[in-house]
Amino acid sequence: MIPSLPGLLQAFSLFAVVLLLARPLGGYMRKVFDGERVFLSPVIRPIERGVYKVMRVDETVEQRWPAYAVSVLVFSFVCILALYLQQRWQTYLPLAQTGASGVGNVPQDLAYNTSVSFDTNTNWQNYLGETTMTYLTQMAGLAVRNFTSAACGIAVAIALTRGLVRKSSPTIGNFWVDLTRTTLYILVPISFVAAIFLVSQGVIQTFASSTSIHTLQGAVQTIPLGPVASQEAIKELGNNGGGFFNANSAHPFENPTTISNWVEMLLILLIPFALTNTFGRMAGNARQGWALAAVMIVVLSAGSLVAMSSEERANPSIPAAIAQNIDQSRGNMEGKEARFGADTSGLFATVTTGTSTGAVDSMHDSFLPAGGLVPLFNIELGEITPGGAGAGLYGILVFAIIAVFIAGLMVGRTPEFLGKKVEAYEMKMAMLVVLFLAASILGFSALATATAAGKAGPLNGGPHGFSEILYAFSSQTGNNGSAFAGLTGNTLFYNLTGAFAMMLGRYAMIVPVLAIAGSMAGKRRVAASLGTFPTTGPIWVGLLIGVIIIVGALTFFPALALGPIADQLLNNAGRLF
Amino acid sequence: MRTFIKTQLWPAVAILLVFTVITGLAYPAAVTAAAQTIFPGQANGSMITVNGATIGSSLIGQSFDDPKYFSGRPSAAGAGYDATLSGGSNLAPTSQVLIDRITAQVDALRKANGNAPIPVDLVTTSASGLDPDISPAAAEYQVHRVAQARSMTDDNVRAAVARHTSQPFLGFIGAASVHVLELNLDLDGLLR
Repeated sequence: MIPSLPGLLQAFSLFAVVLLLARPLGGYMRKVFDGERVFLSPVIRPIERGVYKVMRVDETVEQRWPAYAVSVLVFSFVCILALYLQQRWQTYLPLAQTGASGVGNVPQDLAYNTSVSFDTNTNWQNYLGETTMTYLTQMAGLAVRNFTSAACGIAVAIALTRGLVRKSSPTIGNFWVDLTRTTLYILVPISFVAAIFLVSQGVIQTFASSTSIHTLQGAVQTIPLGPVASQEAIKELGNNGGGFFNANSAHPFENPTTISNWVEMLLILLIPFALTNTFGRMAGNARQGWALAAVMIVVLSAGSLVAMSSEERANPSIPAAIAQNIDQSRGNMEGKEARFGADTSGLFATVTTGTSTGAVDSMHDSFLPAGGLVPLFNIELGEITPGGAGAGLYGILVFAIIAVFIAGLMVGRTPEFLGKKVEAYEMKMAMLVVLFLAASILGFSALATATAAGKAGPLNGGPHGFSEILYAFSSQTGNNGSAFAGLTGNTLFYNLTGAFAMMLGRYAMIVPVLAIAGSMAGKRRVAASLGTFPTTGPIWVGLLIGVIIIVGALTFFPALALGPIADQLLNNAGRLF
Repeated sequence: MRTFIKTQLWPAVAILLVFTVITGLAYPAAVTAAAQTIFPGQANGSMITVNGATIGSSLIGQSFDDPKYFSGRPSAAGAGYDATLSGGSNLAPTSQVLIDRITAQVDALRKANGNAPIPVDLVTTSASGLDPDISPAAAEYQVHRVAQARSMTDDNVRAAVARHTSQPFLGFIGAASVHVLELNLDLDGLLR
């Protein structure tokens, strides 16, 4: 269970820097959302005003929660439709001749799945980036959704925060303003700096077409090119995860060095952790934010330890007669890059699924079952440790509401959160979120295992084949986007069920969350008394971790037992399929 | 209906158009301009040129089967190191196909290199299928074969391996690795 020392040091260095950056970035974001002046204002404020003018939106007018929710849904629908049409007609648009040869228009079901995927911040990919999408589709379609879907999630998280901290307010902010500010002040500037840094490491950034070369041994190799760095930066920062290339962040052009790999993990964790600090500041008590960050870091660290140490092991399924000729001291290297090694790959897998990112620097399908269990369970916990951009904060706040309710039941008092009474309405909405998530993951997995079209998907046999299906619907419902990629997903069945799961996972979560925001915003704040359960400090952190793990484990343990747990036992016994 | 169009539909359409211009065109154009100015080599794919001809990218692995060259890892990208089809095998640890493949690779490697234990990265496919690196152990495993094929001493080949070995950043970030293409170019005397 304990990874090697370099692995531990790498995880520690990463988490330490993320927590150090949470305070300054959290403070910056608080100012941005409150419309205060920041150091970038002289450059960005005129652009921001211009955007409002085009939209004909008055930035001083706020929305009640239903209007806010309708804005989210209308915006998402417009984005999905536009991206669908862009893919269907991509060969008639500019920059179509670049990229790999023979790129056509994307078929209907694949275009639909991909459009929903990128607009729900999932970035599940049933297509091969190299050969399916033109540069313009990648850059002015998919990458734009990387910005907008992340901004949309952050906007909802801020709206929920406002709902929790405001007193007797009918409104929770203006979606268009939140969306604009997040994109212009936070996502674009950080992405720009990150993209340039990634280029310095070797990530490509060019509009030149792919090039053919003769290798040292004289073979012809076609090397694809493209505007990768600009997309790679927002893909990690916005917790999107959709790779320019099929191999995603394992591709040397997306993630060339161990340094770029560490920085990409940093980008993934940056905003989710900083948002807890923003939350604490808006709540007027920084410790409220630190408590959430503590919960996140504990669960994330535990997952990292398991995944890293699992992948450092040899594969026990290799028969002894063959294994004796192999030096397996570097661990399970199937589906992993030599420059990263086993423990770094395990860490990346945990980080990308603790958030809703889904970028991969190794192939999760080839992980030992216990190592593959970590990303799967991370996603099934609802991706709240630390979760996606915005989605992580609103997700963990839903669990916080459930946790204060349980604490309230134990001491026999009306539960309160941030001085607001949590009542039946909020609990119903919070439970809706949890139930939709579980119903979508388990329901679609059951459907796939019961139909011929679903059973045609898995590459691998035995319990691992079931894990591939379970992972697919967990990842899509959780808006993660990573995969046990052996599954053949580009079929009518998986394209349509997947798109439905992604929409459920996104909008059946956002609407109840905004309903909670609206309802809590309207409440008066009651003074804290001796009987108030404090939502700071170690007892609260422990309780919240307990609730998250228990809800996740109770819901998904039976399915996990059929998949990765059975798989690990058979792997230990050397069974093959 | 009119208020819906004015307060919901139009802002949605307008902001998507504006953001497509800002984040979909202006942002990648600005990154490209800056990258091509500051880091042109990296931005264009870290290409290696020998005698005026591009021989490959230093980041993208190539197939080597000639005994005088160090070979890289098995590749699941197309027929091997096909850069238009990046990806891994996605085979499960419990897959019979995986074990059969490993068995065949072990046999072939032992035939070519003798009976020393084979470093695991030489019998496993990488995640990208384009892995340009192998572990230092995997290079050491091939030193004697390459030296014999080139009529060089093992130590001279070892010195070349050392020149193309990189250590983990700060000692703990990533893994030590040997760059196969650059090492082979060096042995051929083609690296300036």
